[in-house]
Amino acid sequence: MEFTGTQAYLTNPALEAAVRCSLVLEKPLLVRGEPGTGKTLLAEAVAEALGMPLITWHVKSTTRAQEGLYHYDTVQRLYDSRFGDHDVRDIREYIHMGALGQAFQSPERVVLLIDEIDKADIEFPNDLLHELDRMRFTVMETGDEVAAAHRPVVVITSNAEKELPDAFLRRCIFHYIDFPDRELMARIVEVHHPGLDRDLMNQALTAFFAVRGMDRIRKPPSTSELVDWIAMLQTAGETEVDLGENMPFLGTLLKKEQDIEAFRTRSTRRY
Amino acid sequence: MFFQGLLYRLREQDVSVGITEALALAAALKAGAHDDTVRGFYYAARATMIHHEGHLDAFDRAFLAEYGNLDWDTSLTEQLREWLDEQNVRMSESSEEPPDLAELLEMFEQRKAEQTERHDGGPYWIGTGGKSPLGQGGVAAAGLSTGSSGGGRAAVRIADARSYRPYRSDVTLDIRQMEVALRRLRAFVREGAQVELDIEATIDETARNAGEIEVVTRPPSKPNTHVILMIDVGGSMFPYTTLMSQLFSATKKATHFKELRTYYFHNCVYGKVYGTERFTEPTWVHDLLRECGPHYKLIMVGDAFMAPYELGQSGPWSATDASRVPGIQWLQILADHFRDSCWLNPEPLSRWNGSTIEDIGRVFEMFPLTTEGLTEAMAHLNRGTPQRR
Repeated sequence: MEFTGTQAYLTNPALEAAVRCSLVLEKPLLVRGEPGTGKTLLAEAVAEALGMPLITWHVKSTTRAQEGLYHYDTVQRLYDSRFGDHDVRDIREYIHMGALGQAFQSPERVVLLIDEIDKADIEFPNDLLHELDRMRFTVMETGDEVAAAHRPVVVITSNAEKELPDAFLRRCIFHYIDFPDRELMARIVEVHHPGLDRDLMNQALTAFFAVRGMDRIRKPPSTSELVDWIAMLQTAGETEVDLGENMPFLGTLLKKEQDIEAFRTRSTRRY
Repeated sequence: MFFQGLLYRLREQDVSVGITEALALAAALKAGAHDDTVRGFYYAARATMIHHEGHLDAFDRAFLAEYGNLDWDTSLTEQLREWLDEQNVRMSESSEEPPDLAELLEMFEQRKAEQTERHDGGPYWIGTGGKSPLGQGGVAAAGLSTGSSGGGRAAVRIADARSYRPYRSDVTLDIRQMEVALRRLRAFVREGAQVELDIEATIDETARNAGEIEVVTRPPSKPNTHVILMIDVGGSMFPYTTLMSQLFSATKKATHFKELRTYYFHNCVYGKVYGTERFTEPTWVHDLLRECGPHYKLIMVGDAFMAPYELGQSGPWSATDASRVPGIQWLQILADHFRDSCWLNPEPLSRWNGSTIEDIGRVFEMFPLTTEGLTEAMAHLNRGTPQRR
């Protein structure tokens, strides 16, 4: 099994080595990095490259570890028992697998993406330690054990801003996605906008990195903003990118009002 | 195990790698994850041993030191400054007798002449961390600091040996540990619409109802802690800027508070507190007390260190009667109003005696801003019985 990226997902040796380690050691791959650096896309690319199905678990602030394992639908069972159109004796009918459960039960090896793990409660990663280590859990209501026939390839993403517990970190292969440099960014843009005018690309990249480099910008634009921005430039038929006050479609790059303000005041001071 | 050296070099830099990491790397190498190249080994070792982007730089340095030669032909002074700026390594203990200033200076010059490469940790060279009395962030009982970290507080200090000891855990106090400590303030109450199914009660009622289903619902449980955080952003707090911003973000992230109000003050509270660090958006303390009942938990954060007159006299805004009240009384008003309050102090315990810290400590129960201190303070807030002398 070898991961070298896909047509749409460009990698580098560091990322490839991290994925390789994660595969051979059968440990979860923890991917951190700024928003918009393609953490979630990585899991999709790994699944595509290895030809495995992808199961995604989007973590939210209210998500609890148990939801990833299974859910026992008590209400449905109560309801059915009342109207009697279902056999309620079999509790298994009312156990629904969560993302982790589905990944374990899958007849083939799958890629399991636990997306934005830092969104949940601070103890959440610790609650999953055992299940991710052993790749098995027990359904309390039935005593059934759900064990992975094939250990899933686990990819976990987290934003760089929040800390995860040490015990959890120690069990993961870690990769930090650096923000792409100009050269890689040009290749990424090329993937999204094939045949983009060289001149426009250069100007857009210069403007983009200049905006990112301003220290008063609180939410610097990321790859997705750049890709959108170039799409806007193309649609509008812009050929010149003015870095000054009249920078076109500034709102596509900067999403915060203060940032736009900061950009403007800096422009007037400079020009 | 040829990478043992790398392991210990990482540990020297306070990156906690151990058996788990060593075994993982060994297994990765055995499986050929490194492609039989040095480059591959570098990436495989990094992926298995490092768990945080903050340690990547340490890994690079450990790797270079262990396996590669570096060209250090820039000016030593420049290099030193750079090294020292880069990182502060955790303090370790020292039991040596403190040398005096003249000896130190002499040692510094002498070693500067000898030293040709950067150094972190260890008992001899100039660098960050370590037990040598020369360099930054170290723990020799007395020493010479080569960088400055504000307010003349970190320069030569010939203090009691081990005076930094209680401070040790402070260095590792990170946001996560703060968050965990703050979680102790959790309290829940059930309120709002009845949207949650109460399974126990439903079963109970259904049984009573001879099997006919009787669904019982209840309101969801919601966090019920109200917290007021007041932060001193006076000049003497400057050395603790990083610590303060960590505490602030940990508190902001705490989702288990129903309400969190943050105010700022300068050295001491006089009549008004402010909504921003730049002292705009003022709020009169009396208005605040009207809005917030005694059930709010008050956390004061500051070094409580000021000139005695700042505490004993009224503030500079004596235009109205309300503000002709000395600082200490304002603090007393706050402490009396709220059932639970505490004061977190980033100053090391050794400096608490015989200053305004002691005076304020009589008004507020004071805790050091360390992991243990924060935990104790939260426990104190939960007790609900302020012990005031």
